Amino acid sequence: TYVPSPGDARPQTITLIPGDGIGPEVSNAVVEVIDALKAPIVWERFDDVSGSDPNGNPVMQVPLQVMESIIRNGVCLKGTLFTPLSKKNTSTQSLNVQLRKQLDLHVNIVHGFSVPGLPTRHDDVNIVVIRENTEGEYSGLEHEVVPDVVESLKVITAEKSRRTAEYAFGFAFLNHREKVTAVHKANIMKMSDGLFLKEFRDVAKRFPTIKAEEMIVDNTCMQLVGKPWQFDVMVTPNLYGNLVANVVAGITGGPGVIPGANVGDGIAIFEQGARHVGRDIAGKGIANPCAALLSAAMLLRHINLPDFSDRLEKAVLAALAEEPAEVKTPDLKGSGTTRSFTDAVKKRL
Amino acid sequence: ACLHRGYASDTITATLFPGDGIGPEIAEAAKKIFEAAEAPIAWEEQYVGEAVDPRTNSFVSRENLDSVLTHRIGLKGPMATPIGKGHRSLNLTLRKELQLFANVRPCFSIPGYKTRYDNVNIVTIRENTEGEYSGLEHEVVKGVVESLKVITRAASTRVAEYAFKYAQDNHRSTVTAIHKANIMKMADGLFIKCCREVSEKYPDIKYSEMIVDNACMQLVKEPTQFDVLVMPNLYGDIISDLCAGLIGGLGLTPSGNIGLGGLALMEAVHGTAPDIAGKDLANPTALLLSGVMMLRHLGIAGPAENIQNAVLGTIAEGKYRTGDLGGRSTCSDFTKAIIDKLD
Ligand SMILES: Nc1ncnc2c1ncn2[C@@H]1O[C@H](COP(=O)(O)OP(=O)(O)OP(=O)(O)O)[C@@H](O)[C@H]1O
Ligand SMILES: Nc1ncnc2c1ncn2[C@@H]1O[C@H](COP(=O)(O)OP(=O)(O)OP(=O)(O)O)[C@@H](O)[C@H]1O
Ligand SMILES: [Mg+2]
Ligand SMILES: [Mg+2]
Repeated sequence: TYVPSPGDARPQTITLIPGDGIGPEVSNAVVEVIDALKAPIVWERFDDVSGSDPNGNPVMQVPLQVMESIIRNGVCLKGTLFTPLSKKNTSTQSLNVQLRKQLDLHVNIVHGFSVPGLPTRHDDVNIVVIRENTEGEYSGLEHEVVPDVVESLKVITAEKSRRTAEYAFGFAFLNHREKVTAVHKANIMKMSDGLFLKEFRDVAKRFPTIKAEEMIVDNTCMQLVGKPWQFDVMVTPNLYGNLVANVVAGITGGPGVIPGANVGDGIAIFEQGARHVGRDIAGKGIANPCAALLSAAMLLRHINLPDFSDRLEKAVLAALAEEPAEVKTPDLKGSGTTRSFTDAVKKRL
Repeated sequence: ACLHRGYASDTITATLFPGDGIGPEIAEAAKKIFEAAEAPIAWEEQYVGEAVDPRTNSFVSRENLDSVLTHRIGLKGPMATPIGKGHRSLNLTLRKELQLFANVRPCFSIPGYKTRYDNVNIVTIRENTEGEYSGLEHEVVKGVVESLKVITRAASTRVAEYAFKYAQDNHRSTVTAIHKANIMKMADGLFIKCCREVSEKYPDIKYSEMIVDNACMQLVKEPTQFDVLVMPNLYGDIISDLCAGLIGGLGLTPSGNIGLGGLALMEAVHGTAPDIAGKDLANPTALLLSGVMMLRHLGIAGPAENIQNAVLGTIAEGKYRTGDLGGRSTCSDFTKAIIDKLD
């Protein structure tokens, strides 16, 4: 039995940004399930944060009070914010990237695993992707050199590369994982990815019990669809991490199942591992709430409520394993809804 | 040598780069099979130098390049990329100097060779000259490196035009542009803008767009939804390998590099596989099918068909397969089996 330590059960305030697309639906599911769990959480909720205004124009700034709330609380659960592609939106960063950068959430963690009872093409996948989250191809530095010639800067720094590698090895060490694979393209981008690799190798030396491996990103994606079980923890620069994490999501339960988190010093934002808006199915009540629920389980563990976290995680996994197709959402070849699955989870708390 | 091109029955000289690692073994297989199939090709073999050629700043020599520029057609095995140092990579040199602007990789499920995915039939068309492979990098201050991705209207339009033309010529229905314009708004934004413009000239071909991360996820979830994909350099590199993974790996995927005015250098997509080099274990299928693409490109349809059927037939039959396909045959036995199957 879990024995709470003093202060554990004091209600904690968590910032909630439901976001665009399917975000509000799955966030509501989380709020409902956390309520049913009676977890000591108070939500500070910002429903009107969106990547686009009512006319479809891009919103340029995350509202100040939202930033302040996240900084004050240190913990946030969020849905993806939509990024409209329009002529007016060439110089800014997407709101999602802004949040990560301004709060310096320097790593993104995505955990992809084969869920017992969910039939997929691949079994025995259990991969944690640790991705640099603020620089690289997402620098937002672009310009038109002469008409019709555009340059986009990829920025790699020793500091961020080292922090990402340190997080990956620290994570592997604390979670009894055996191997960390660095994903790169240093044969082409010799200096930038080369720097990333150099820092990786330096950090690896401090963790002699953990195997360090390097793999070129194209080969990595091919290996992932062929022999995914060879991977354990992966560490990558920003863009490759985005792609690799999506491949991992694709060979496991999909974006509706895989949880994730963005972590910085003293601040963490939890969201679906494969960060998609899902506007194609938004508002239909058929979004899969699993990824958001499992992200919430990660959140509960992060704020030192491991018992609540375990109960939530077990309930979600049991519902996935035991419920018939009529209860599961269409992305899992079911005919159920967000509602029916949320109820199935609540029943198992 | 170009004069021969006018007469279909004449022998065409093609440059052959056997390459490194398993390259020479699979090139040998290709030569034997081409000869047995009476494909009218004379090979001019070229080897990459052992030292950097100052004229090209690469191990690829001026003579290597001139050979392809003269014959305008070539077949290439895998080459080892020496890491580090201040020279240009081999592939990069070839692509840039020969202006091989598009890379075409058809990935189709091989009949009789079962993978987790069935009925895959995807063609990836990759911009091959710029993007993240510009080779422009520098250290701004200590510990901070910048790498330039360059996207131009000219190159984007050129590859988009090739993609739509390819789709039309090969009776394909859809072209999907893969991008990350939500993040790289100007660079990838320009790329998709060019694709859109070209798409308007091809009303019979459906055009769609997809963000690259979503594409990665959808490809491993449900690859049958895709047809022809066109994309900037890096995404093309990654996605074409991912597609190869869907159909069973590197040993199977052919590839073609298309240059201006019909110049073409076909190549095996896979690496040099140093772990199995020299052991007669390599699978020559990718190079063979690349050779088939080469013959088709030259309009030599008969032998192309003959070789492709023999290769696929041998794999389908299952008696002779190399280790990467779960068999036990050597490269030479597999080659013999294919020759026996030729018409
Ligand atoms: N929780 C979920 N449940 C079910 N499907 C989901 C979930 N989250 C994402 N998806 C699916 O993942 C796919 C990719 O999402 P999405 O369409 O948002 O892609 P994207 O790359 O972010 O593009 P865009 O934002 O431009 O639409 C969609 O088909 C979406 O329905
Ligand atoms: N033709 C082939 N037949 C059988 N196996 C192959 C073949 N080509 C590659 N492989 C296997 O695929 C794996 C990856 O090979 P590859 O050389 O492409 O790696 P890489 O890391 O991309 O190296 P490179 O820098 O040379 O591209 C190796 O295990 C290799 O043995
Ligand atoms: Mg590649
Ligand atoms: Mg390779």
